[in-house]
Amino acid sequence: MPYSPMLVKPMREELTQIGVQELLTPADVDAFMNEKTGTAMLVVNSVCGCAAGMARPGIRLALQHERRPQRVASVFAGQDLAATAQARGYFPDIPPSSPSIAFLKDGELVYFMPRHRIEGRDAQMVARDLATVFEEHCAPAAPAAPEVTAGAEAGAPAAAVR
Amino acid sequence: MGTFHQNKSPLHGITVVVDTTGPEVFIGRCDDEDERGIVLDDVDVHRDGDGGRSKQQYLERAARLGVWKKHARLFIPRERVASVRRLGEI
Repeated sequence: MPYSPMLVKPMREELTQIGVQELLTPADVDAFMNEKTGTAMLVVNSVCGCAAGMARPGIRLALQHERRPQRVASVFAGQDLAATAQARGYFPDIPPSSPSIAFLKDGELVYFMPRHRIEGRDAQMVARDLATVFEEHCAPAAPAAPEVTAGAEAGAPAAAVR
Repeated sequence: MGTFHQNKSPLHGITVVVDTTGPEVFIGRCDDEDERGIVLDDVDVHRDGDGGRSKQQYLERAARLGVWKKHARLFIPRERVASVRRLGEI
């Protein structure tokens, strides 16, 4: 039986606040998975503190890496049941586990971190494993476009750029 | 943050490999463990040689991807337990 939405809300927000797209319905999952270009990471989020308590901070740390996936989304196991089942259906050879993390490149699964690779480890260790995958498969993230302060002239020194 | 469970063994919530003194090896999420034995949730069991795979071959595959559960919950008596290891350490 799903946990109370009030209990789960902060666990959802731990990911959404860092830009992870929540996939709440099977249609959301299909839309995410049917985009085959580039790099993508799909997180199966979970309530269980024994493993998910380290997965989410690990993901947050990993996504600060200069190389990171172009798209990141999550489904919530035990909560958004249909969306989670739909997501797992894309990986029929992989036993379901939560939390877990799938990494795709051009629509192909190239890495999978099952729950037992998260349990008992700290966020830094989870992040390090993910960063290794990012370094192998992701291009450096494009820097944010510099924002020029009001009144700055073109060609002004870097100090004028925030 | 997440949910945590007090008054359980240190392996609570951890996916473990329970090798036995016989041909079976079990993989499941430890619920609790004491002097009587160990309780596992979402358990797979492999018998040495099943499907042409030794215990070691089975464990190597399980370590990469995980296991498909065959039993929701199992109790394994202490006298049958040869070793308990974390799957994540294999």
